[in-house]
Amino acid sequence: MREVAVVAFAQTVHTGHDEGLAEFELVHPLVQEIKERSGLPSFGFTCSGSCDYLAGAPFSFVSALDSLGAWPPISESHVEMDAAWALYEAWVRLQHGDVDSALVYGFGKSSLGDLREIMTLQLDPYYLAPLGLDQVSFAALQAGAYGADRGELDAIVRRSRADGRGNPFALDLPDPSGEEFEVAPLRPYDVAPITDGAAAVVLAAGDLARELAERPAWITGIAHRIEPHYLGMRDLTRSPSAEAAARAAGVGKGPVDVAELHAQFSHEELILREALELPAGTVVNPSGGPLAANPVMATGLIRIGEAAAWILDGSASRTVAHASSGPCLQHNLVTVLQADWV
Amino acid sequence: MAHRCAVIGVGQTRYQTKRADVSIAGLVREAALRALEDAELTFKDIDAVVIGKAPDLFEGVMMPEAYLADALGAAGKPMTRVHTAGSVGGSTALVGASLIQGGVHERVLVVAFEKQSESNATWALSTHLPFNASLVVGAGGYFAPHIREYMRRSAAPDHIGILVAVKDRQNALKNPYAHLRIPGIDRRMVEATPMLWEPIRYLETCPSSDGACAIVLAAEHKVTGTPAWVHGAAMRSEPMSRADRDTVSPQAGKDCAADVYRQAGVTDPRREIDVAEVYVPFSWYEPMWLENLGFAAEGEGWKLTEAGSTALDGDIPWNASGGVLSSNPIGASGLIRFAEAALQVRGMAGEHQVDGARRALGHAYGGGAQFFAMWIVGASKP
Repeated sequence: MREVAVVAFAQTVHTGHDEGLAEFELVHPLVQEIKERSGLPSFGFTCSGSCDYLAGAPFSFVSALDSLGAWPPISESHVEMDAAWALYEAWVRLQHGDVDSALVYGFGKSSLGDLREIMTLQLDPYYLAPLGLDQVSFAALQAGAYGADRGELDAIVRRSRADGRGNPFALDLPDPSGEEFEVAPLRPYDVAPITDGAAAVVLAAGDLARELAERPAWITGIAHRIEPHYLGMRDLTRSPSAEAAARAAGVGKGPVDVAELHAQFSHEELILREALELPAGTVVNPSGGPLAANPVMATGLIRIGEAAAWILDGSASRTVAHASSGPCLQHNLVTVLQADWV
Repeated sequence: MAHRCAVIGVGQTRYQTKRADVSIAGLVREAALRALEDAELTFKDIDAVVIGKAPDLFEGVMMPEAYLADALGAAGKPMTRVHTAGSVGGSTALVGASLIQGGVHERVLVVAFEKQSESNATWALSTHLPFNASLVVGAGGYFAPHIREYMRRSAAPDHIGILVAVKDRQNALKNPYAHLRIPGIDRRMVEATPMLWEPIRYLETCPSSDGACAIVLAAEHKVTGTPAWVHGAAMRSEPMSRADRDTVSPQAGKDCAADVYRQAGVTDPRREIDVAEVYVPFSWYEPMWLENLGFAAEGEGWKLTEAGSTALDGDIPWNASGGVLSSNPIGASGLIRFAEAALQVRGMAGEHQVDGARRALGHAYGGGAQFFAMWIVGASKP
């Protein structure tokens, strides 16, 4: 595979409420910032991830494109998925060898609607959506199947929120407390917070990456896998698709200093640690992770950006990022980032 | 450089107003199975699935790749969902091809669909406050002023659009998958239909269709059967609201065409391309795109249409399949163009086959005529 690296990462200061900014108003300053940070005024390829249903209007990516300028016309595409998959598409495009740089961005405002109910519309429209189970109910089914220990879950939330308070881009959330259930066995604090925000990453290949960054975060492995949609066909205590993606990306081929996991519910972290076979010493979600800031459609991309930042600033040599989509971790993408190209 | 890629299978559903006999999953699976059958493969042989469709509001299923993974045999594999507005079918093919050109996979299944009967497209296409001033006009109302400006600039006579409407529906009579198959279609029949958005009459616009299209793409060493080789692939996008952009002949369309011609070594598309499947959802877009794509000089596109050059027996047939004017499952319409281009150079287009077609253009556009996806496929290895 061609040498491709993350050379720059930028994100908004995420908020737990609507700041009155439209999606493209979130994107515009971010793209300006990452152009300055990467030193690139334009890119060989651009790809974004977003979801129309968050704003309840078609073509959210169209107005976002306006905020880029996109003139002269650009080579550009869009996935209606978390922007981590936009990064994957850009990485594939860079493998062709004819372009050397790519801009990837994702954005979402889950403050505008009822995210839990909106996510119900992602289910099979004939057999599952009419049941009315929302996103948290689905997650609770998985948490129940896994049989997560309450103490372990509380520790994950406490750690995530404390790390989030130390992250200037994440929300300031208090230590978890309260005995009530959101949907048993999940408590309200086990659920990622409603968040508005956006993120952008610049990828560069080979010599350009070395020119743009002192320590490029080389993508030495990246892979994704989906599994059946119907929960009845899946073993909810595991994530076979995350396991397969991690194997394909080569997570186990070396130590993992830091792992950023797209766990939107505390129990998902436990399932993902096992699926990715993370060593005991790996620091998980030092940014606070999605439990401290969950700008839907950018959250997965932020995991890659955060994992890359450790390498870009020289504080880690091998990190892993994970992104997820679909109910109960149906679809998983795993990226391995290294300071040295192997 | 990029690895070689070829289309080795094509599958389509019959396009019609309402497919009440199948679910969304049943619809996409039908197209996928036909493409696999054409390629003499099964789901087991596929490395990755790429799926595309226009806005999720069309069916009310958000991010439907999650639900459709099972029906498309994607479990255990990578699956990607593309959405680039009306151009999405074309973009989906390009994202699939990219996986092979980048050396990541060897066989990719590409599927695009729309089940328009599940909702109201004009509603789903109308943005609303506070995001945009609501026009509540759908696509026809949006594009009609662009067409009127083309007519003003080119001084094209009023009947050109009608000629396109008749020609594409005559071609559709030769395509068993086409939605609008109107026996005896002629100018008088089109003229007699109501004016929807001046100058677009009812029969000068595309239908609302249910349907899906699928293709199987292969790397060079996995090519079987009769391949259509990808000679060039390009995407271009430009902003919707840039003040001085030319919406009649968008720069992104010109740049995209120039890129795809450069890759394929085409310098004179009118002569070097044998057949083109171009996204013409409203009749007048044929002469407009003839100019934008360099088949005719500026202001001259309508003369090709009028002379019959774009007819099935003309020197550069456009939309031999009947085009978007005859079948429009929106999210699939771009992929159908790309797939029909492949069928032509494989010599498998049936009754609407253009004799001796060796090189074909597939084209799609979307948004406010701002997103473009194109490929050129050929019978010989590039």
